[in-house]
Amino acid sequence: MIRFENVTKTYARSQRPALDDLSLEIERGQFAFVVGPSGSGKSTLLRLVIREEPTTSGSVLVAGHDLAMLPPRKVPRLRRQIGTVFQDFRLLPNKNVTQNVAFALQVLGKPNRAIRMLVPETLELVGLEGKGKRMPHELSGGEQQRVAIARAVVNKPPILLADEPTGNLDPTTSLDIVRLLADINNQYGTTVVMATHDNVIVDEMQRRVIELDHGVLVRDEAQGSYIPAPSFDEPAPAPEPDEGDLWADPNPDWTEDVVRGDD
Amino acid sequence: MRLRFLLGDVWVGLRRNMSMAISVVLVTMISLFLLGLGLLAQRQADVMKGYWYDRVQVSIFMCTKDSRQPNCTGAVTEDQKENIRSQLDQLRPLVKEVFYESEQEAYDRFVEQFKDTPLVGNISVGDIPQSFRVALSDPSKYDVVASTFEGAPGVATVQDQKKVLDKLFSILNKFTRYAVALAIVMVACAVLLMATTIRQAAFSRRREIGIMRLVGASNMAIRLPFIAETIIAAIVGAGLALGLLVAAVRALVGDNSRNVVLNQATIGAADVWHIAPILGGMAVALAIVTSTITLWRYLRV
Repeated sequence: MIRFENVTKTYARSQRPALDDLSLEIERGQFAFVVGPSGSGKSTLLRLVIREEPTTSGSVLVAGHDLAMLPPRKVPRLRRQIGTVFQDFRLLPNKNVTQNVAFALQVLGKPNRAIRMLVPETLELVGLEGKGKRMPHELSGGEQQRVAIARAVVNKPPILLADEPTGNLDPTTSLDIVRLLADINNQYGTTVVMATHDNVIVDEMQRRVIELDHGVLVRDEAQGSYIPAPSFDEPAPAPEPDEGDLWADPNPDWTEDVVRGDD
Repeated sequence: MRLRFLLGDVWVGLRRNMSMAISVVLVTMISLFLLGLGLLAQRQADVMKGYWYDRVQVSIFMCTKDSRQPNCTGAVTEDQKENIRSQLDQLRPLVKEVFYESEQEAYDRFVEQFKDTPLVGNISVGDIPQSFRVALSDPSKYDVVASTFEGAPGVATVQDQKKVLDKLFSILNKFTRYAVALAIVMVACAVLLMATTIRQAAFSRRREIGIMRLVGASNMAIRLPFIAETIIAAIVGAGLALGLLVAAVRALVGDNSRNVVLNQATIGAADVWHIAPILGGMAVALAIVTSTITLWRYLRV
């Protein structure tokens, strides 16, 4: 479903490649964790899949399409095949739960009839039935992430990417969210790729683990655990901001990516 | 369904960015108003040319007994008049019509024109010279007539009415140029303001845009609301400009619909409707071009 062939990605203002000659394949219906420290290239990997960025060399194939060959006008069609979830939820604060989920269908021009059917169905799937009228700020973090997941899967995409979806949640809620992703994986055969720091989750789920370090694939196990950082004596240092890896660190205003600021 | 969603989006966008939308409306209005004034002035010049050039005449004034022109040796004689008339006949078809106005007729016309003024009392028959009024088939060939008759025996002066009109037309032409030049400056303002407004609107909706991109909305779906907003603002501006133009025409030219003579010589509110498609089309074209270029530059999809 997703194949990386000798992919190298170097950001314009960075010396070191964010991904270094990476080759891997994630099959249809698989559930894979991508682990590694901040700046290891997890987010870059996901960004390449939705063609947020072009590769520097090598090719990324998604559902049989070589993304390097994909003309820009066909990128939206690719993204309709991929649901995406983020650490910071990215809900629209002025729309309620139903409207947030429906928005994803409205902008694709789906008829109202289909929207009225799909949205409640999806809210039930993520366990938010009866909360359609709530506003995002009235929800807990876990519930907000469920809304984001509902929005990502309402169009029934074959691929679901999750970039640190539990990064802002407490351990119990985190596990609930990952179980929800696993449910979606089971129920619909959706290919799920989840980048995470969370060792508890990875150990608990016992799924495929792809470990990156400095952009290099260091481990790929069919049923793996999270290998913790070597030192437990002192708290892990705060991850250093990596200019190259734009999604790795919580970006206070992610929307800067979308609209180029005043220049 | 789709349309309702788009319109809802457009409405929210306009409401959220109301002050900018209003400024786009106003700048569009002023620029199109100036452009419209230029077009109307040109139209006015054309209408006047059509009307007056048909009526323009060259006047050949005869000598009177008191004429002080060098070639006047006293009042014009019948022979001289006959001579001039036959020479005029030879100039056909350039000479279209010839009217002879006797001293008595010239006096009567003067009295009629100035009947309520004290001037009438000071003028008697013979003070205004007799003349040939010559209508030309091509008013610009005045020189032919002038060179033939200037200095001819019995002719005091040859006067071209077209010269008076040309002065008026040159004023109208100058006005047109100034109005169009100002309009160009204002159109540039309008374009820049539209671009700024669109960027601001895109920035204020960056969350929505981010999610649209993420879920795979087409470029058109993302850009259409912005383009539609700009078009709406521009059309409102064009509508206001047309209203202003109608008011301006009424104020400057007056309502001549009942005055048959002037009605043919001046433009009216109806002429504003003739240039309306130009102004409206211009507004829409400006909006589409500006918003497309701006979005292409600032909105990565």
